[in-house]
Amino acid sequence: MSEILSFNNVSFSYTPEVEDARKAVQNVSFTVNEGEWISIVGHNGSGKSTMVKIISGLLFPQEGEVRVMKNVLSEENLWETRTQIGMVFQNPDNQFVGATVQDDVAFALENNGIPHEEMVKRVHKSLKQVKMDTFLNHEPHHLSGGQKQRVAIAGALAMRPKILILDEATAMLDPQGRAEVLNTVQELRKETGLTVLSITHDVEEALLADRILFMNDGKKYAEGSPLEVFSLGDKLVEFGLELPFAMRMTNLLKANGVQLVGEHMTEEELVNDLWTSNFNK
Amino acid sequence: MMEKMIFGRYIPGDSFVHRLDPRSKLIFVFAFIIVVFIANNTITYGLLLAFTLFIILMSRIRLYFLINGLKPVLILLVFTFLIHIIFNREGNIVFEWGFFKVYEQGIRQGIYISIRFVVLVFVTSILTLTTSPISITDGIEVLLNPLKKIKLPVHELALMMSIALRFIPTLMDETDKIMKAQMARGSDLSAGPLKDRIKAVVPLLVPLFVSAFKRAEDLATAMEVRGYRGGEGRTRYRKLKWDWRDSTSLVVLVALSALLIYLRT
Repeated sequence: MSEILSFNNVSFSYTPEVEDARKAVQNVSFTVNEGEWISIVGHNGSGKSTMVKIISGLLFPQEGEVRVMKNVLSEENLWETRTQIGMVFQNPDNQFVGATVQDDVAFALENNGIPHEEMVKRVHKSLKQVKMDTFLNHEPHHLSGGQKQRVAIAGALAMRPKILILDEATAMLDPQGRAEVLNTVQELRKETGLTVLSITHDVEEALLADRILFMNDGKKYAEGSPLEVFSLGDKLVEFGLELPFAMRMTNLLKANGVQLVGEHMTEEELVNDLWTSNFNK
Repeated sequence: MMEKMIFGRYIPGDSFVHRLDPRSKLIFVFAFIIVVFIANNTITYGLLLAFTLFIILMSRIRLYFLINGLKPVLILLVFTFLIHIIFNREGNIVFEWGFFKVYEQGIRQGIYISIRFVVLVFVTSILTLTTSPISITDGIEVLLNPLKKIKLPVHELALMMSIALRFIPTLMDETDKIMKAQMARGSDLSAGPLKDRIKAVVPLLVPLFVSAFKRAEDLATAMEVRGYRGGEGRTRYRKLKWDWRDSTSLVVLVALSALLIYLRT
């Protein structure tokens, strides 16, 4: 497994000229390896969005370094690096540049001077990957939020990025749209082994990740598998994060005297434990 | 709300006119606007009218849409017609009622000017009805390209235009939402004297502007991350194709103007 993205003791402050200023990101280090799905969770103001801006080169850290594909991100390789990162933002409307679906998917390709024939091929292929290939000429206001986000994913995929970053991409969607987008990402990963970094405060979304990074007040508070991070339990609740529904249910059942074995992250696990719980006595 | 707007309303289709390149259509329309002024007698005006009807037939646009496009200029049309009838004093008197006299030449000129008006409105409407806004933008960008030499930011202008067009429905939706929100708070937008109604628009515009700026910022970030850095080194996804149809239509226009010049008096 090779490294795709890494933060090395990165610190960033929006007001560097002030001494002892609050740092939006403080001494954060982590590594994302090829093919992984990493979730960064944390409540508002925990530094998640700043980290995204640092990865995409919109902000440069005052301390530490960011490596993308093992190259340190700098002003010189900024544009080249951006072609290797696909990004999907929160508001489906505000990232739709083209007049129609296919124009929007082609936008990044146009910017990077991809020849026309290649562009047409890539647009069709990436729209097929997100199952939006029958919407080629649709205008954005005739699409649902989930569909727009899928188009945004296709737009990112067209550049054949090494890593796909979802910056709260499901936050403004209804449950159906959210499921659409997350299913699309999961299928993409199955097919292509894409590396995904999702920034979210939706706990159920974070559960899909291989590894969770829990941010609090600009610092990395915990890192590990979903089970490891969520077994911190009440500590997370203190920092304003909700526990997954199955986990809260488990805790409540236990408090009411139902015998359950261990913690459960998903509903399925909990149900399986519940209907067998009497046999285990 | 959107559906009511006829702002550059585009009706998809597959007619000869629909399939023309936006460049040739733009050139055609601009040239036609000049050609219209060559006509100065009954034959030439008749010819213009016939030619316009021919274009309408070729575009397979329902007359209803064209008549609709005529509505906003109807007052102007009637007004100019009346002016000619009242003030033109050449030729024989056709009709007399007290001091009010209508002359032959007045009626003739009135009809000529009306035909000129109608023809112009129809042809420009056909341009917007058969060409999607994005194609028009593409066409304008290519046609204005020579002006890059005098430092006109052609690419930026075209991009601004296409983004503006793309955000019209989004902002319309937003306006609708804000309007409902303000109405739910008891603001009355439709009643009262004009002064009150203008005042009621302010709480509508302020949130709209705030959100438009927020959108602009988001969009700028999204564009930058997707590698946008101006027009240089950019390739185009939309290819404009000039084929025999385009050349034919321009040749026909040249022939028409030659004929008009020959027939005018």
